[in-house]
Amino acid sequence: MTSPELRLDHKIIYFIVDEGARVLDLGCGEGDLLYLLARDKHVVAQGIEMNDKAVQECVKKGLSVFHDNIMNGLSEYPDQSFDFVILNQSMEEVTNVDTVIHEALRIGNKVIVGFPNFAYIKSRWMMFFKGRAPVTKSLPHSWFDTPNVRFLSILDFKEFCDEKGIRILSAHYLGEKAEVKVLPNLRALNAVFTLTKGES
Amino acid sequence: MSKEKKDHIKDSVGVVETKFYTFAGPGQELTLESGETLGPITLAYETYGKLNKDRSNAALVCHALSGDAHAAGVHEGQDDPGWWDDMIGPGKAFDTNKYFVICSNVIAGCKGSTGPSSINPATGRPYAMDFPFITISDMVNAQRHLIDFLGIKKLLCVAGGSMGGMQVLQWVASYPEMVRAAIPIATTKKHSPQQIAFNETARQAIMSDPAWREGNYYEYGQPERGLAVARMIGHITFMSDQSMEEKFSRRLKKERLNFNFDAEFEVEGYLRYRGANFVKRFDANSYLYLTRALDYFDLSGGKLIPAGKNIDTRFLIISFKSDWLYPSVQSQDMVRLLKRRSMDATYCELKSTYGHDAFLVEVEEQTTLIKHFLDKVHNGYMVADYHDIS
Repeated sequence: MTSPELRLDHKIIYFIVDEGARVLDLGCGEGDLLYLLARDKHVVAQGIEMNDKAVQECVKKGLSVFHDNIMNGLSEYPDQSFDFVILNQSMEEVTNVDTVIHEALRIGNKVIVGFPNFAYIKSRWMMFFKGRAPVTKSLPHSWFDTPNVRFLSILDFKEFCDEKGIRILSAHYLGEKAEVKVLPNLRALNAVFTLTKGES
Repeated sequence: MSKEKKDHIKDSVGVVETKFYTFAGPGQELTLESGETLGPITLAYETYGKLNKDRSNAALVCHALSGDAHAAGVHEGQDDPGWWDDMIGPGKAFDTNKYFVICSNVIAGCKGSTGPSSINPATGRPYAMDFPFITISDMVNAQRHLIDFLGIKKLLCVAGGSMGGMQVLQWVASYPEMVRAAIPIATTKKHSPQQIAFNETARQAIMSDPAWREGNYYEYGQPERGLAVARMIGHITFMSDQSMEEKFSRRLKKERLNFNFDAEFEVEGYLRYRGANFVKRFDANSYLYLTRALDYFDLSGGKLIPAGKNIDTRFLIISFKSDWLYPSVQSQDMVRLLKRRSMDATYCELKSTYGHDAFLVEVEEQTTLIKHFLDKVHNGYMVADYHDIS
C-alpha cells in the first residue's frame, strides 16, 4: 500500500503540537492528522466530526471521535481541558466563528487555526481579470457546491485577532509545495496560526 | 445443504451449550438494592472463544429485555442462532478468534437464571410475586459473581443494547476498575417518563388478564392474552414509522376489507403473530419484574462517575437516528456527561431506518465501529501505516 504524501498543513501542525499533549481536533475529517499525532507524538487525541463516513474512518484508525457538529461540541468541556484545540480547514464551514474561537480558547491552552487564503494571487486574478468566483487548490469548490460559508484573507484574520485581543503565537504561510516567507497575503494558498488568549 | 447455510456455519461459533453457575447459597445470599436478599442464585451463561493466558481478552455481552444467554452459535439439534449471532463469531465484531465472549441471562429472567418462575426453596413452589424486586444494579452484581468465578479480574469490554446497554453503564458505575471499555448501544442513563409509561401499559395489560391470578398462574398456564398485548406494545416501540411503512404499508391480509375485527391489515397480523409467539417463550412475571428494573434505572447526577473520581474506562456509544424509544438525545446526554468528566469516548449516530430494532439488525456499521474500537483498546495504535512522517 502506498501512503499518500503528507499534506503540508498537517506537517506544520504536527511540528507545532507538543509530545504527549491533550489534543481536540474540531472537524477532524477522517482523522489523518490526529492519527499521526496519536501514534507518533503520543497525544491524547479526541476528534469531533459531523460526517458519518469520516467518523467511521476515524474509528478504524483507533481514534476517539464524537459524531457532532463543531458548534454543539464545545460548551460541555471544562476550561483548559486541552493543550491544543485544532480548527484546521473547518473554520470556513462554521457559522459562528467568533463563538467557536472564543470557546476553543477557553477549553484549550493553544488554538491552531488553518484556513485557505482568499487573497491568494490566483483567486485575485480570477476575480479581477476573469470576473469569476475563485476556484483554486485551497478553495476547490464551485460557488454552488462549496461547504464554505465564509471567505477570508490572512490580513482579515490578523485584524480579527487584533480586535478580539487574541495573541498570535506563530503564523505559517503555505504555498503549493513549501512555506511562503515573502508577501504571504498575496502568495499563500493556506495559513496556519497558533493562538492563545491575550493578556487582559 | 444450501450455500447460505454453509457460509453461516463457516463464520459461526458452531454448536454451543448453555452452562449454569449457582452461588449465594445459605448464609451468603445476595443483598439487593431494595434491601431484600436473594439466594441461592443460578445464572445461565454461555461463552465463546478462548480466554487468553493473562485473562485480558474477556468481553461481556449483556442482553436486552427478552434476550437470554444464548447470544451466538446454535444449540445441538436446533436451527435458531443466538440473538447477536451476526456480531459474535470468528472475524465478526466480537471476534472469537481474539476474544473470550461471555453472555449471561439476567436475574429475574426466565431463561435459566433465577427469576419469579424459579422454585422458591422456602416454599418448594415458584416464587411468583414473592420474588424480590430486582434492579439493573442487582443484575450486574450477580454477573460480577460469574466473572469472579471465571477468574477474570478485568473485562476487556462490557457491551450491549437497550437494557443490555444499561447493564454496561451500571458496570462502569459499580465496578469501573473492572471495565477497560464500555459499549452502550441504543440506551439511556435514566429511564424517561415516556419509557416508564410504555412499560406500565405493558404491565397493566398482563395484570388485568384474569389468567394472571395475582402472579400465581404457574399451575394453570400463562396470562397469554395480557402478555401478548404487552409484547405487541413493545414491538410498536421497537420499529420506526418508516420501517413500518416499508414492512407493511396499509397492505391487507386478504384481498378486500371484510368489515370485522380480525387482523385485516398486515401490521395487525404481524403484531398478533409476535405476541402469540412470545407467550410460548417468555414468563409473564419475568416481564413485570424486568420492565420494573428498567423503570428504576437512573444513573443521573453523578451516579455514573462519582464526582472527584477518575476512571479510565473508554466509551463507544452508538445510537440510531430512527430509534424513538431510546432516542439519540439520550445518548448525546451521556456524551455531554463524559465530556464534562474529560473521558475518552467515541459517539456515533448511525443512520438506520429500523428504529430501536437497529441494534440487532444493523450489523455492518456496528461491526466496523466495535471491531476497530476493541482492536485499539486491546492493542493500541497498531493500524497499518497512514502517512508516515519522516
